[in-house]
Amino acid sequence: MMRAKLAYIVGLAALAACAVMVHAGPSGGTVSGKVTYEGTPAKQKPIDMSKEPSCAKQHATPITTETVVTGPGNALDNVVVYVSAGAPDEAAPSQAAKFEQKGCQYIPHVLAFQVNQTLEIANADQTSHNIHPLPKVNREWNKSQPPGSAPIVDKYDKPEFIPVKCNIHPWMHGNFAVLKNSHYAITEGDGGFSLPNLPPGKYTITAWHESYGDQSQDVTISGGEPKSVNFVFKAKPY
Amino acid sequence: MEEAVQPAHVHAPPEGFISKYVFSLDHKMIGKQYYGLALVSVFMGMVLSWLMRFHLVWPDAKVPVLGSLAPTGAPGGLITPEYYLSLLTMHGTLMVFFVLTNAPFAGFGNYFLPIQIGAEDMAFPRFNMMSFWTTFAGFLVLVLAFFIPDGPPTSGWTAYAPLSAVGKDAGPGLGWGQNLWAISIAIFCVGQLLGSLNFISTTLDLRAKGMTLMRMPICTWAWFITSCIGLLAFAVLLPACLLLLLDRLAGTSFFIPSGLVVSDRLQNHAGGSPLLWQHLFWFFGHPEVYIAILPAVGIVSHVLVTSMRKPLLSAKVLIYSMMSIGFLSWMVWGHHMFVSGMNPFSSLLFSFPTLTITIPATIITLIWLGSLYGANIQITSASLFALGFVSMFVSGGVSGFFLAQPSIDIYLHATYFVVGHFHMVMGVAAIFGILSGTYFWFPKMSGRMMSETLGKLHFWITFVGTYCIFMPFHYLGLVGNVRRYSSFVDDFMAPLMPVHKFISIAAFITGAAQLIFLYNLIHSRFRGKVAPENPWNGTSLEWSIPSPPPWNNFGGKHPVVFHDPYQYGVKGSKGDFVMQDSPEQIVSG
Amino acid sequence: MGKFFAIILVVITLASAYPIVTHKFVQPEDISTHGHAIDEQLADTMAEGGFAFVGAQLLLAFFVWKFSSRKEGSKVTHLPGGAKLMVATAFILVGTEVLALGVLGQKAWADVYFTPPKPDALQVQAQAGQFAFYFRYPGADGKFAPIHPDKIDEGNQNYFGLDPANDVEARDDIVTAEMTIPVNREIHLLMHSKDVGHSFYVRELRIQQDFVPGLDLSLHFTATKTGKYEIVCTQLCGLGHYNMKAYLNVLPQDEFEKWLKDRAAEQ
Repeated sequence: MMRAKLAYIVGLAALAACAVMVHAGPSGGTVSGKVTYEGTPAKQKPIDMSKEPSCAKQHATPITTETVVTGPGNALDNVVVYVSAGAPDEAAPSQAAKFEQKGCQYIPHVLAFQVNQTLEIANADQTSHNIHPLPKVNREWNKSQPPGSAPIVDKYDKPEFIPVKCNIHPWMHGNFAVLKNSHYAITEGDGGFSLPNLPPGKYTITAWHESYGDQSQDVTISGGEPKSVNFVFKAKPY
Repeated sequence: MEEAVQPAHVHAPPEGFISKYVFSLDHKMIGKQYYGLALVSVFMGMVLSWLMRFHLVWPDAKVPVLGSLAPTGAPGGLITPEYYLSLLTMHGTLMVFFVLTNAPFAGFGNYFLPIQIGAEDMAFPRFNMMSFWTTFAGFLVLVLAFFIPDGPPTSGWTAYAPLSAVGKDAGPGLGWGQNLWAISIAIFCVGQLLGSLNFISTTLDLRAKGMTLMRMPICTWAWFITSCIGLLAFAVLLPACLLLLLDRLAGTSFFIPSGLVVSDRLQNHAGGSPLLWQHLFWFFGHPEVYIAILPAVGIVSHVLVTSMRKPLLSAKVLIYSMMSIGFLSWMVWGHHMFVSGMNPFSSLLFSFPTLTITIPATIITLIWLGSLYGANIQITSASLFALGFVSMFVSGGVSGFFLAQPSIDIYLHATYFVVGHFHMVMGVAAIFGILSGTYFWFPKMSGRMMSETLGKLHFWITFVGTYCIFMPFHYLGLVGNVRRYSSFVDDFMAPLMPVHKFISIAAFITGAAQLIFLYNLIHSRFRGKVAPENPWNGTSLEWSIPSPPPWNNFGGKHPVVFHDPYQYGVKGSKGDFVMQDSPEQIVSG
Repeated sequence: MGKFFAIILVVITLASAYPIVTHKFVQPEDISTHGHAIDEQLADTMAEGGFAFVGAQLLLAFFVWKFSSRKEGSKVTHLPGGAKLMVATAFILVGTEVLALGVLGQKAWADVYFTPPKPDALQVQAQAGQFAFYFRYPGADGKFAPIHPDKIDEGNQNYFGLDPANDVEARDDIVTAEMTIPVNREIHLLMHSKDVGHSFYVRELRIQQDFVPGLDLSLHFTATKTGKYEIVCTQLCGLGHYNMKAYLNVLPQDEFEKWLKDRAAEQ
């Protein structure tokens, strides 16, 4: 009788230990997948920067628009994949999110960062830029940065997808993705993404693309096993 | 016309600090207040132009202190493109409205018109006081634009729609900055209307016995004609500013058509006409430049006559010429709009009266020149600035001749040629008129003499300096240098940068020389030699009263006038001149 | 000191005239068919204006030299002819010359504005918007598709707001950032503003015309020389006004056609 009770207690303890291990460690579950498109995407036209010679000469062949960036195997790049529900809001990390104006282009084209995270915008060009984010929910501002001026430092206090344009160079367009937590990734290359360190629970994963809108899927993480979620966007020629 | 009888009542002598120096009904104090406001405005406007000239030739240099004064407009002291345009807009607005309309007209006119016609004060002293304080309120509203987060407006002193009308989507400074501009100018218009009413009524009704219209000094005539122009011109600018405010704040579309996409946003307006703003603005704007120059023409004529010790060839012809300029000024506004998109046939129509204005302007210049022949010119600071004015009037007038022709304007419009032209006539000539008047009348106004040495030094640096600044503007324009650019980034401009550097350095030196004038003004006010009643041996009535005059000008007496104010070079008991109120017979010879 | 004034004024006058007389600051070369009339007008005006400027300033200097700081007891005298002579001079000398220039000058203006474009002129549309010019060629169908302001999408380089999904004519429209035209062919430039007032200025073409939002304006001209020229905005349009330009490329006809084909392939 005693031996059975002991075994029972050890068994419970082992189970508890396993449970603790599953909940406690940094290795939680991972959601990964691919974002692809079907149909014909709009042509990405070359950008003629002739009105700004100091930028034009930085590109041996003209860059193209980046509203639909594709990769091999119908991969769709520059998609922000993030946890839109199921994870708690997180405090902003201390390092700044960096956005650069270089060669009259926004680098990166889509910048994802968190609510209240410091945003640092630098001008690496010989021309002035006037950066104008166009939020609907956050506070709107636009500021000029003459060449040689210090980076602009600001932050957003509400989650939002914000288009960004340059008031001086009409072809310059980019996006800010202001997110509530740190579970996000931006697809590139083969359209793959990976969201690690997700504790067990029910999550909504959303994929956002600047031209094709957003799609969401729910996924449940129960243990440490990876979950796969794929998104397919419909592309249009115009 | 018969002279009028003096009114039965005047205001009581002022008691206490507030009614003597602040809310004064005395036209002399009001004139000084206007002059003081103009002095503050001109130094502000000058500093703004220094910043502009500095930025144009040293765009990568950081301006010390500016980074903390304007952290958004000039981060770290680097002037942004929009801040340059704010400087440009405020420079033009301050100079045209608060300097050139204030000092020669409201400033000296208020002080001397009643005295020169033999009156105790203006016809409506309360309106007069209100006109100054209204103008001052307009000034405060305008300056407030420097302190709002979005900054001052960036659409130029001309505020063309739709840039000025659609609101903050059009760019920084075009939100509340533009609203404050429109409100400020509307308030300014009200002040000017009150002032003009006063000048006109006073001139017509309060002349002393014997002071027929043709016996009024030329500067009195200039103020009278200017106030007639002002009454009609500001009456058009005021509703224009109100319509602009309605478009901006009440959703109307006087100046905004449909389908405009500004900053990625489709504007919710329809049916308006941007050209309507231009017509309204320039219908005011052209007469406005004559409001800026005619008082200076009058002041300079007045100073020249006294300095030459002889009458003009014909004061009457000069007066009629000023009247014709005033009349023609209403017919030429479209010459600011030759390539604006208005009917090109209208452009031709507008060019003919514009060219015709050359005739009275030439008559005036030739009268001055012809009068100098055989004169006995007394060289003083005042007469030097008057002679300098004649030179500047010629220079500025000649460049206008180019711009009056639409075919040439196709090439020269919106280039530095235009900027050179209007700076010559307004920025230099009109200022010379103010300075000449200051040196001339300072003894009367303050009871002390200014330093002639400092005055002459001020003249030489300013005369040579302003030619060095503004003559090259014409050359730049001939080559095709476009105006209102905050930076010159094109290859086209690179060979012209040495010219721009020359101009900027000349501007800093000439600007610094104005401190000599400021010092002279302030120092003389307290330490200048005591001035006699008639230091220049002038004939007009202001020289028949003490320096400074008592509160009621003529000490309760009613002067009687016997002559015109040009009795110089005649045998008289006081030397070579006979004063207007002297009953002596003139010995003709 | 009056004499010093005269000397300084003479120096200023001669120094001001020098760069003009020595042609140090002249317009860039004229490459248009109507430009010589404008240049002639400008040269005539410069001669007459220059003469008036120098004459008046030297006269002022001379009179101040002679009639200032005079001996004690000098008598003042009056110019023979008096005011009548001055008025007559102004009317006859200045008035007639000024009006003559005005009348003669209207031909140069009429050449630009009162002649209609030739029926076979090449149509190009220019759109001015904060802070760039974009150009549109009608493509094979010879038609410009309608503009839909609500469809403007600069991130996708749809600057004109074309709707190729629904407007068939839009599918062959060619949108470019540079204006390329064939030499010696009349161009009919259609002008459209996207947002506020702008202006189209090419110095060498002797052309300047504002874009007025809401108004369909147009210009026509012929370029007579190949080369690369600046089109600059001359109507204050906001913070980027200084940076608002495009290049005008004037090419031989065959090179122009190749250029247009290449741009069509990029659309």
